[in-house]
Amino acid sequence: MRIELQQRQAPSAIARLLAPVLALAAAFLLGGVVVAAMGRSPLAALDVYVLQPLSDPWALQEMVVKATPLVLIAVGLSFCFRANLWNIGAEGQFVVGAICGSTVALATHGTEAGAWVLPAMLLLGTLGGMAWASVPAFLRARFGVSEILTSLMLVYVAELILDYLVRGPWRDPKGFNFPQSVTFDEAATLPFLTDGGRLHVGILMALVAVVVAFVVMGHTIFGYRLRVTGEAPRAARFSGFSEPRTTFIVFAISGGLAGLAGIVEVAGQIGQLKPSISPGYGFTAIIVAFLGRLNPFGILLAGLVMALTFIGGEAAQITLRLPFDLTRTFQGILLFCVLGADALVTYRVRLVRGAPAQAAGRAA
Amino acid sequence: MSIVEAILLTIVTASTPLLIAALGELVTERSGVLNLGVEGMMAMGAACGFAGAILFDSTLLGVLCGILAGGLTAALFAFAVLGLAANQVASGLALTIFGLGLSGLIGAPFIGARRDPITHLHIPGLTDLPLVGRLFFGQDAFVYASLLLCLGVGWFLFRTRKGLLLRAVGENQTSAHSLGLPVLRVRLLAILFGGACAGLAGAYLSLVYTRFWSPGMTSGRGWIAVALVVFAAWRPDWALFGAYLFGAATVLQLHAQAAAIGIPSQALSALPYLATIVALVVLSLGRRRDTGAPGSLGAPFVPDR
Repeated sequence: MRIELQQRQAPSAIARLLAPVLALAAAFLLGGVVVAAMGRSPLAALDVYVLQPLSDPWALQEMVVKATPLVLIAVGLSFCFRANLWNIGAEGQFVVGAICGSTVALATHGTEAGAWVLPAMLLLGTLGGMAWASVPAFLRARFGVSEILTSLMLVYVAELILDYLVRGPWRDPKGFNFPQSVTFDEAATLPFLTDGGRLHVGILMALVAVVVAFVVMGHTIFGYRLRVTGEAPRAARFSGFSEPRTTFIVFAISGGLAGLAGIVEVAGQIGQLKPSISPGYGFTAIIVAFLGRLNPFGILLAGLVMALTFIGGEAAQITLRLPFDLTRTFQGILLFCVLGADALVTYRVRLVRGAPAQAAGRAA
Repeated sequence: MSIVEAILLTIVTASTPLLIAALGELVTERSGVLNLGVEGMMAMGAACGFAGAILFDSTLLGVLCGILAGGLTAALFAFAVLGLAANQVASGLALTIFGLGLSGLIGAPFIGARRDPITHLHIPGLTDLPLVGRLFFGQDAFVYASLLLCLGVGWFLFRTRKGLLLRAVGENQTSAHSLGLPVLRVRLLAILFGGACAGLAGAYLSLVYTRFWSPGMTSGRGWIAVALVVFAAWRPDWALFGAYLFGAATVLQLHAQAAAIGIPSQALSALPYLATIVALVVLSLGRRRDTGAPGSLGAPFVPDR
């Protein structure tokens, strides 16, 4: 028994819509198997992971809050992935963005600094993420070094820098020796959308990013150039699209958005710097980008779905004592399913018995 | 035992898992498949290897569990990239996320448990030689096995017909296929070998290097192993050199931290990662055109009919 793939004449439109849904269903099924293997009830887990958060208004708000950084980062990553460039270090760019943006918050702490603080923080955060992402872009464009490895190595470096800062120079002197910075002033905190709610203005930025990305990707020469670079690099070279330039631009976009997500998370959600400011948003965003099929609106939807796994994961930790690693396992399974389901779009997948593939190849 | 000897011995123990994992990935990549999931497979090997050793109270069975775990997770990757022609980079990432998560679930009940040190080679006379005795004649079995593995991989790739076949598949999948070579089967075996090696490397980490299990204990070693393959220009002898270079960097960095020489410990911890980047850049300066990468590396293969 083996799988045979047959190229479709044109990608199937139905399969394109159905693939993510199918992938989600398969991932839930496999996740259930893991939970059952741990000797727990998969139905109880489904209840805590999915149904309870979806029926609780507070949890729904929390879901949007968690989706904000995921969507911001994933929209940026989709530019890279479309050009077949692999920025997998968004987690590091997120952290550096948070650090750079926070310099303003910490420098103006306790002063009467005005309304310029917040825009300055957001700007510096974005620039910081861009700068961090431009390192792998530069190394790739100039020396041909794999951007995959360099962007990932820089994640560890960024986390160590943050760790150093909050344990050393930026530690709150009145913080009982906890490794954390002072709590940001109100001028350095993102305003909430509603009184007493959890939603901050970060979600609006994510929505703007989605719309802008949609326009840029679908309706500009640049978006077209990206697709060509990704799908037909030779054709792109012949038509004079500069590869180094594309590399720099997509890394700047993705790094900038990841940096923005970092400072938005710190200024909107956490309110101070700590050794760990992300439960792996930068990596989860990779899954979000693929689950959303690299389409901005798809990413918005996928971001909400993945945010649900974080909320559900936290709830399951408390009520069912299921470890957070279960969430990570599920996220890995989901990405596998999403990538596997892609095969349905480009190929006709059939199960065949008997004759091995190379025999057919030889006959042809 | 002098301090120099102690440092040299720890360098060997730190380098061995890197070498084993890098050799596995090297074979996988030579067949044309880029598996970025080494970190995840290694984590699985560490957790399952440790769990197996505790449950069966045997290091050997533990190691077998680690190898098996690495192979099984690699099979998952093979199903995606060979069976469904999924994107290799993204599938490797999925494997890493999955492996890190699942290893956390498997290892959790064993936090706090410890294993005894495993036996080291002892040849009366030779092992007791000053300075070099323990270094050359007093290592554990895995160290010697890893060196044999390095020789074996080199011999297989460049001196056997099967190895030639594997390289042909990796160099040009279309030509290999039209010559009637079983591209997908060769790649399946290469992926499984890579997984088994990563699993073994992980088991070595938890059973010999630390002798306990903790979440996230691979801490990027799998990624460094992937980088080592590029660094080694896909050659086993260079992988040996690279693994010991990185092992040495890691150990010296730890000693510098212990000596508290006034540099923040985080800066020293960042050294192996920065060194990886620098090494990749320096190497690319040396070989502008030909990196040594297999021609079909990373390209999905779907036999046309």
